[in-house]
Amino acid sequence: MIELIDVHKSFGKKHVLKGVNLRVEKGESMVIIGGSGTGKSVLLKCILGLVRPEKGRILLDGQDAIRPSDRDAFLARFGMLFQGGALFDSLPVWQNVAFRLLRGALKRPREEARRIAIDKLARVGLGADTADLYPAELSGGMQKRVGLARAIAAEPEIIFFDEPTTGLDPILAGVINRLIRGIVEEMGATAVTITHDMTSVRAIADRVAMLHDGVIQWVGPVSQLDNSGNPYVDQFVHGREEGPIEALR
Amino acid sequence: MKGARLLDPLAGLGASTLGLLAAIGRVAFYLASTLSHVLRPPFYPREFLAQLMVIGYFSLPVVGLTALFTGGALALQIYVGGARFNAESVVPQIVAIGMVRELGPVLTGLMVAGRVASSIAAEIGTMKVTEQIDALVTLSTNPMKYLTVPRVLAATIALPVLAAVGDAIGIFGGYLVGITRLDLNAATYLKNTADFLETADVISGLVKAAVFGFIVALMGCYHGMNSGRGAQGVGRATTNAVVSSSVLIMGANYLLTQLFFAT
Repeated sequence: MIELIDVHKSFGKKHVLKGVNLRVEKGESMVIIGGSGTGKSVLLKCILGLVRPEKGRILLDGQDAIRPSDRDAFLARFGMLFQGGALFDSLPVWQNVAFRLLRGALKRPREEARRIAIDKLARVGLGADTADLYPAELSGGMQKRVGLARAIAAEPEIIFFDEPTTGLDPILAGVINRLIRGIVEEMGATAVTITHDMTSVRAIADRVAMLHDGVIQWVGPVSQLDNSGNPYVDQFVHGREEGPIEALR
Repeated sequence: MKGARLLDPLAGLGASTLGLLAAIGRVAFYLASTLSHVLRPPFYPREFLAQLMVIGYFSLPVVGLTALFTGGALALQIYVGGARFNAESVVPQIVAIGMVRELGPVLTGLMVAGRVASSIAAEIGTMKVTEQIDALVTLSTNPMKYLTVPRVLAATIALPVLAAVGDAIGIFGGYLVGITRLDLNAATYLKNTADFLETADVISGLVKAAVFGFIVALMGCYHGMNSGRGAQGVGRATTNAVVSSSVLIMGANYLLTQLFFAT
């Protein structure tokens, strides 16, 4: 279970998170929606310790996540799919996927790591022939898939997806959404996804949280998304110009 | 705001002084962090060897060519200058000492600053902009250990070797010009060079080169890690890496020369 209590974060004069409170239960798929630049990515980065909040507490199973006693063990519980894939372009695809398995605490023999990488690539629909290509040789959709394979390679308990469908055509976006949902269910992992793609929300989420103006405006099951009674959610879901969210940002 | 700054030179001076001091502080912290990570595991030997190849081996052509031409030009200049007081015969000695103590390490440092500091800064800067550095952290890998330490170690070890090769090629360049253009005797040229050079001359040059290598990789990594957003940010990081490492090399060269002066 991940718990955020009154989390604040500023960059210079810009107060991005103004007291975020959120609970993600073990095994559930939480989707955080909100406009561009509302601090959704910052929120995920705070949980992972990539960004340090100025105020507030973040707990993982009741343990302090901001200053974990063993950071490597803490991070080993997470997998993350970055927005642009964030694949290491100096390494071939299979070494990207097996990155964690080639070094550090989870190190395995090279052949075994390669075999696992090829398995994971197959899970996201890529053939063994992609294993020796370099990220620059892949299309955007394939890079997303490789990123996904890397996020699940070490079988993490918690997986973060940062805008998994941005920049993909609707058909490919649908494929990635189904893959994410399938993998999360199959692994029994806790998932937190950031997106502003409503199709993605409906395909992936158990519960949805809306982040706006630095706070969580609404949390509820995905079934209530269309009749949330919350003006922020209503405006966002229907893409209306009029409402409490200023259209000109 | 900008107008006010123009009208108030004192505030401008203060702001840029504070900016400079802050930058020195940040580099000092980065340096201390690098040194502390050099000694603590995990180590990444594969990355280290790859960097040794990129920084050392692939810099050989540019360092060799630079040294060859510089050695040749040096021989001509010393001949012309020496002729004014009938000292044309000192060409081999001055070429040797000039290359080994000064020009070998400094030119190697500057050429590698142009070639390597820029590529390190651009690579790490792009990694930062495309979230690859964040990805490294989430994969339980410390970017300081995985990116900075292998590059800094490889450059510190590769530069003295490059400088030694540069020294030899530079002396050879002087020799070629000496015997073909200046009618100096080949055997005498070689004998004078060998008799005149002392071990301390060579060692002091190689120590300089090691320091320059450290500076080049450190500046490349520092500016890459602190790169701004987008293509412009990476571009600026690259420029800053080359400029700062070149200036620091010249500064360090003076200080080290002063230090080795007596030997």
